[in-house]
Amino acid sequence: MIKIVVLIKQVPDTRNIGKDAMKSDGTVNRAELPAIFNPEDLNALEVALSIKDIVPNVEVTAITMGPVRAAEVLREALYRGADQAVLVTDRKFAGADTLATSHTLSLAIKKIGNVDLVIGGRQAIDGDTAQVGPQIAEKLNIPQITYAEEIVEVSENKIRIKRRLERGIEVVEVLFPCLITVHSSAAPCRFKNAKRVMKYKKACTISELQDDKKESDTDNNLIIEEWNAADLEAYPDSLGLAGSPTKVKKIDNVVLLQKESRIITSSEKEIQSLIQELSKEHIL
Amino acid sequence: MNIFVYCEITEEGTIAEVSLELLSKGRKLANQLNVKLEAVVIGNNMMNIEKQLFPYGVDVVYFAESEKLFPYSTLPHFSIVSKLFEEKKPQIALFGATSVGRDLAPRVASRLRCGLTADCTALEIGEHIDSKTGTVYTNLLYQIRPAFGGNIIATIINPETRPQMATVREGVMLKETVTHDDKAVVVKLRVEDYISDDDFVVKMIVREIEAKKINIKNAQIIVSGGYGMGSKENFSKLHELAAQIGGEVGATRAAVDAGFAEHERQIGQTGVTVRPKLYIACGISGAVQHRSGMEESALIISINIDPNASINTIADYTIIGDANDVLPKMLKAIKSINH
Repeated sequence: MIKIVVLIKQVPDTRNIGKDAMKSDGTVNRAELPAIFNPEDLNALEVALSIKDIVPNVEVTAITMGPVRAAEVLREALYRGADQAVLVTDRKFAGADTLATSHTLSLAIKKIGNVDLVIGGRQAIDGDTAQVGPQIAEKLNIPQITYAEEIVEVSENKIRIKRRLERGIEVVEVLFPCLITVHSSAAPCRFKNAKRVMKYKKACTISELQDDKKESDTDNNLIIEEWNAADLEAYPDSLGLAGSPTKVKKIDNVVLLQKESRIITSSEKEIQSLIQELSKEHIL
Repeated sequence: MNIFVYCEITEEGTIAEVSLELLSKGRKLANQLNVKLEAVVIGNNMMNIEKQLFPYGVDVVYFAESEKLFPYSTLPHFSIVSKLFEEKKPQIALFGATSVGRDLAPRVASRLRCGLTADCTALEIGEHIDSKTGTVYTNLLYQIRPAFGGNIIATIINPETRPQMATVREGVMLKETVTHDDKAVVVKLRVEDYISDDDFVVKMIVREIEAKKINIKNAQIIVSGGYGMGSKENFSKLHELAAQIGGEVGATRAAVDAGFAEHERQIGQTGVTVRPKLYIACGISGAVQHRSGMEESALIISINIDPNASINTIADYTIIGDANDVLPKMLKAIKSINH
């Protein structure tokens, strides 16, 4: 069996930041931003599911680290075709930078055990760092294939991948295990499957059950795994804020220059006089 | 305890622009901290690296040369850089925020368990007082970067761990040569001491890289289009005007995402930062992410149907109208002057 772990993040939708999303002190009001499935993680899920289409005996586990609410994106992954899901959650994980995040996620991947492929999006839109993937690969001591655009070939023990680089492409081949980060130019993710939505809409984590937010169909084993720091046998010093070498010293609102603008109509005459002026000043 | 810059190698065998820009910044930081500037060059058949690097004030070049080391592949470069850093213990290490730097730097940071900040737009030296412990840290690297889609600017520090690592995009730092009296040293690394067969488990099957063709970074005039241009076909009007006045065509992220222009033309936080003497913004609303990549242009002309577009607040001239209608008129006016 091929075991694939897909790394998912629930992110604030930074692409559609409205005026309400910024507080007067210049910080971001996360509560005002809709939480979404990180776009490139959807591309990553599709890569995993497409491997499952081609090779027999593939098991896809979606995993996310975040607050209890992040179980939403795990259900979404189940609706689209993931076989199981794990939420990694604990207050101790809060404030983690990419190093602490990659440490925690690598422990979770080790706990799943014998994983052949770890697949995630290239980067998350809230930080745009693209660091967690390569850092998990280092922690697991496996090769990393970044910016994947297409699976060219895949078998039970190796994979051939087309990578999208700044000015071209590369095709590389590697034996399992390895970690892949997926570029936005890869195929979009398949839609939710209606039958799967019916089946998994009651799937939830223990914390969600305790919060009474969900009614669970426990008879059908629709519990989303939930692991905390103790489950991962992690050292507290390596987690969250304590395990993060980078600290945020300060946050500034973006202040852009403003100047007096001379207004010109689009009449041929006015445009001509502007061009003449620029020419006289040797700007053109 | 010096400053290290990982130098990328182009297809032509030269040191990449972004690396020369980082060396220029690194030199200034090194002067401020009174330490040396050291370059790491990993490749094959490199000609005259001294000649290429020394004008930028490099004190030491660590040079690993082998046919196995070009083109770039993660694991061998990772092994060399991380082992070299373990030996030399840099206080600051800089990488280009390119497909190579963003692949390599996080893996190195993970091995060395140190902090890394991606896509910095400014680097400064400063101090920090821990509000809880009262510990005073001096000479820290302030790693300044946009976050949350460019709506905020964060200053990141790594108080405890070394090296303090950062990646920086091409075109953000200024490339500057310096007069430097001290003679620089080239240290050739024994490659076999740094890499093993395990570093070559990823096999390169195909590699198609185009030489760099578009260079908007150094253009004196930029005619730039946004999503408001409407289509790829309409972008040809920008090309016509740019060709007539000796400029280059730029684009916003939205226009690039919509397929109106190539990625290399993208100006803004996730593209290139430009400072031309003339910037003509056509159908560009002026999102923060774009403006911060062009607001230092000497003269800005905005052509926009919307008189309230935020780009107009930083424009010297605002032409109210559809760029598809205004551009041909500008072209006509310029041609009449040239006659």
